[in-house]
Amino acid sequence: MHIPDGFINVPTSAGFGAMSAAWVWYSLRRVGEFLDDRRIPLAGLLAAFVFAAQMINFPVAAGTSGHLIGGVLAAVLAGPWMASLVLAVVLVVQGIFFADGGLSAIGLNVFNLGLVAVVGGYGVFLLARRVLPAGKPMVVIAAGIAAGVSVILAALSFTLQFAIGGEADVAVGTVAAAMVGVHSLIGAGEGLITAMVISAILSSRPDLVYGYTPAMEPTHG
Amino acid sequence: MDRRNRALLIAGLVVTALLAGVVSTIASSQPDGLERVAIDEGFDDSATDGATSDSPLADYAVEGVENDRVGTGLAGIIGTVVTMAAMIGLLYGARALRRRDNTSADA
Repeated sequence: MHIPDGFINVPTSAGFGAMSAAWVWYSLRRVGEFLDDRRIPLAGLLAAFVFAAQMINFPVAAGTSGHLIGGVLAAVLAGPWMASLVLAVVLVVQGIFFADGGLSAIGLNVFNLGLVAVVGGYGVFLLARRVLPAGKPMVVIAAGIAAGVSVILAALSFTLQFAIGGEADVAVGTVAAAMVGVHSLIGAGEGLITAMVISAILSSRPDLVYGYTPAMEPTHG
Repeated sequence: MDRRNRALLIAGLVVTALLAGVVSTIASSQPDGLERVAIDEGFDDSATDGATSDSPLADYAVEGVENDRVGTGLAGIIGTVVTMAAMIGLLYGARALRRRDNTSADA
């Protein structure tokens, strides 16, 4: 869902760019507060993994593909602020080096994928954790559901940007319906991949899953 | 870094390199969700070439590499390394911010 240059006008892009910059700055401060130096290389790996996973476009319908965003995946593993930094770094590298997402649109893309998908998705994860029973399998299910929803939230966020500053004269309702339709399919893939990765890490290194708090779990023995 | 973290780091890097360097070469090249909507609703032509569209790595290829699959895999590996370095650099920046705050609080 990387917006190229030209879809959204410059004032709107600049406005969202300012909000994204403020959010990244805030995230940097929050991460700095509790950053464990020994985990810095692992956070680097997480960013590299999200970059790599975003290269893997999977087919979702005739003539359409989608790829992981990784916002909820990163948030459940490392917390929402670290996840926002991960997505921001990935998007900046993609925009500068690979012309994937326009440079003038970086603020729009960081807003949709690094703020809305991460924070909105993590909110859904926390909500699902409260509704579902305790236990590791439920953490996996909550992460999967939240990841799926996060893609639709990001699609709606794009629609909002299009409504404010879309260069093309297309009805917003039409764009909203089309965006939610196709991204529901991509969201299913996002949910599945997120659940698989969280499940693998939860079984080997539960201490590295930020969204899993053993204190919430029933103790045995 | 303790042994368990080092083992995870190595395993994670192997998986990431395989994704970026190998699996990426067989990924779908169909339009993604947003591109599909833009095509269907007729606003894909409002996209303009960005400032970096003539980057030697534009569109996950490597300038001068003829074979598309080799180019994509190579671009993926380069991107993985750059992303990891940028993230680690940013976090050292976050650490420096914290230290500056602590220093000014002590003063």
